[in-house]
Amino acid sequence: MLDARVLDGRSMVRRRVGVRLWLSALWLGVLCLGALLAPWIAPHDPLAQDLFLGRMPPIWVAGAEPGYWLGTDSLGRDVLSRLLHGARVALLVALAAGSITCLIGATLGLLAGFLRGWVDLVISRLIDIWMAFPPILFSILLIAVLGPSLTSIIIAIVVIDWTRFARVVRAEAMAQGAMDYVASARVAGRGRVGTMLREILPNVLPTIVVLLTLEMGIAVIVEAILSFVNLSISTDDPTWGGMISEGRTSIHQAWWVLVFPLIALFLTVLAFSQLGEGLKDRFDPVLR
Amino acid sequence: MPFLRILLLRLLTTLVTLAGVAVIVFFVIRVVPGNPIAMMLPPGATDEDIARLSALYGLDKPLITQFGIWLSGVMQGDFGTSITTRQPVLGLVLGRLPATLELAIMALVMAVLIGGAAALIGTRGRGTRTEGAIDVVNGMALSVPDFLWGLVLMLVFGVLFPVFHISGRVTPSLDLPFTTNFYLFESLIRLRFDLWADLVAHMFMPALALAIPLAAIIGQLLKQSLKETMNLDYVTLARTKGYGETHVIMHEALRNAVLPTLTLVGVQFTFLIGGTVIIERLFSYEGLGNMAIDAVINRDLPLIQGIVILFAVIFTAVNLIVDLLYTVLNPRLRHA
Repeated sequence: MLDARVLDGRSMVRRRVGVRLWLSALWLGVLCLGALLAPWIAPHDPLAQDLFLGRMPPIWVAGAEPGYWLGTDSLGRDVLSRLLHGARVALLVALAAGSITCLIGATLGLLAGFLRGWVDLVISRLIDIWMAFPPILFSILLIAVLGPSLTSIIIAIVVIDWTRFARVVRAEAMAQGAMDYVASARVAGRGRVGTMLREILPNVLPTIVVLLTLEMGIAVIVEAILSFVNLSISTDDPTWGGMISEGRTSIHQAWWVLVFPLIALFLTVLAFSQLGEGLKDRFDPVLR
Repeated sequence: MPFLRILLLRLLTTLVTLAGVAVIVFFVIRVVPGNPIAMMLPPGATDEDIARLSALYGLDKPLITQFGIWLSGVMQGDFGTSITTRQPVLGLVLGRLPATLELAIMALVMAVLIGGAAALIGTRGRGTRTEGAIDVVNGMALSVPDFLWGLVLMLVFGVLFPVFHISGRVTPSLDLPFTTNFYLFESLIRLRFDLWADLVAHMFMPALALAIPLAAIIGQLLKQSLKETMNLDYVTLARTKGYGETHVIMHEALRNAVLPTLTLVGVQFTFLIGGTVIIERLFSYEGLGNMAIDAVINRDLPLIQGIVILFAVIFTAVNLIVDLLYTVLNPRLRHA
């Protein structure tokens, strides 16, 4: 009597996770496509200003200007075109910052967790120091030091967020290192580095992939926050954070300038994290 | 003895951490391009003027010497003089601290209330649609960071249904009779409920934005440990005594389920404090975080240093307190 219900419930949960996973992948796919094709499918030049067309509402609202689907901002720039071009920056940052952070953080975590000793001591103390910084403030500070550019944003994200990977991977490598299979690999004559790369790494990899997916979502947010504070790439280039920042100032006159980039950002962050959660449920016995 | 040793050890590592923060902040900031002194002076200033003012702020000495001077000052509670306002950094920072503390604590209270309620309702209706709905909402609240919740709240409660203020800490035209900067607290003490209401109407959205992700974490973890506790024998015993489900949850299970959540809340609270920086900016709330961003934009080196150090002190202090509380509260560790 019990089994049927439990099994049913479980398959329900599985299916729901499946749907969320596919919806997230779908949104990210559409976004990638939009970003890649932005120069060809964007209806207008994202930088073209037209003061006569300032603050035009979206197409379904009375008083809209035909051809400007999602309306225009206070300088008469097309919101949809800026959104598409902004997606390029967001996804570029997500990919570049996410993977570099992952590479550096996971390497340090693996070294600390497997080698232990003074390596672990130094890396753990560094993690402690990093955790004592307010992350947003630290990133703003770094951008001020490095000067606003795409590279600076990526560097800032890597510098702030490597601890996310290092902490989890370190703990995981430590747990794996204590297991019998590692000892037998050593007995069978594998060296330390060989054991780390051939035995430990494959077992930690699912955890790393999940963290990477989550980190991409975080990177998109950090980029938006930095461009909101006006420290992102040059103010001309359209970014979602920059659009939100503009929208914040005209929130009572033109809600659409704020709402559409906000929706895009919201869905993207949600999609990355749902994708991470979904992958976690499928592949990773540890984080689950 | 063990407790004292743990305490000393933790104090020592905390000091090492803070020293590390001080070194990193000091040297990272010195690499900032753009001469802050040149920005202070009117356009017609000569090189001589710049040199004289640099000497006044000690910016002409070698970096190591500057660090030594700054560090010995910090030890004596002197964090230097802000370059933009020309006032002592410590005074400026402590003047803004109450605003940020009030915001953070308000957010914490909201998170505990919302998260706690979600956990209790979810446990009460476990296995039903109610629990499913709570899980879905929790999942969403958890995946989206405070910055985005702030913007969503601003649109809903600031524009669509304008019930709360979207910027500032208090209506500027109001006459404030306060002697401290703990406005919210002092307005209650002085029984000025009109001012209190105005402060809350300003604080509500930023605090809620900070609270939502934390509330989701509390809700999830507390529900999980409540559900585990509900299967224990002593809870079953209470049930056989004839107590209702709600009574069993509130009076029997909650007490034992709350400890893991408590430690997590401590750690997450530091993240919440870190989040105040951008949330204060978003809602133009006059706290420490907003001041920090202005300081970065104005290249006000001494002020940036002071604020970052203060944040680091708060973070490490919260972590320290949580660790010690955990040692005190957890009987297994206490008698070890």
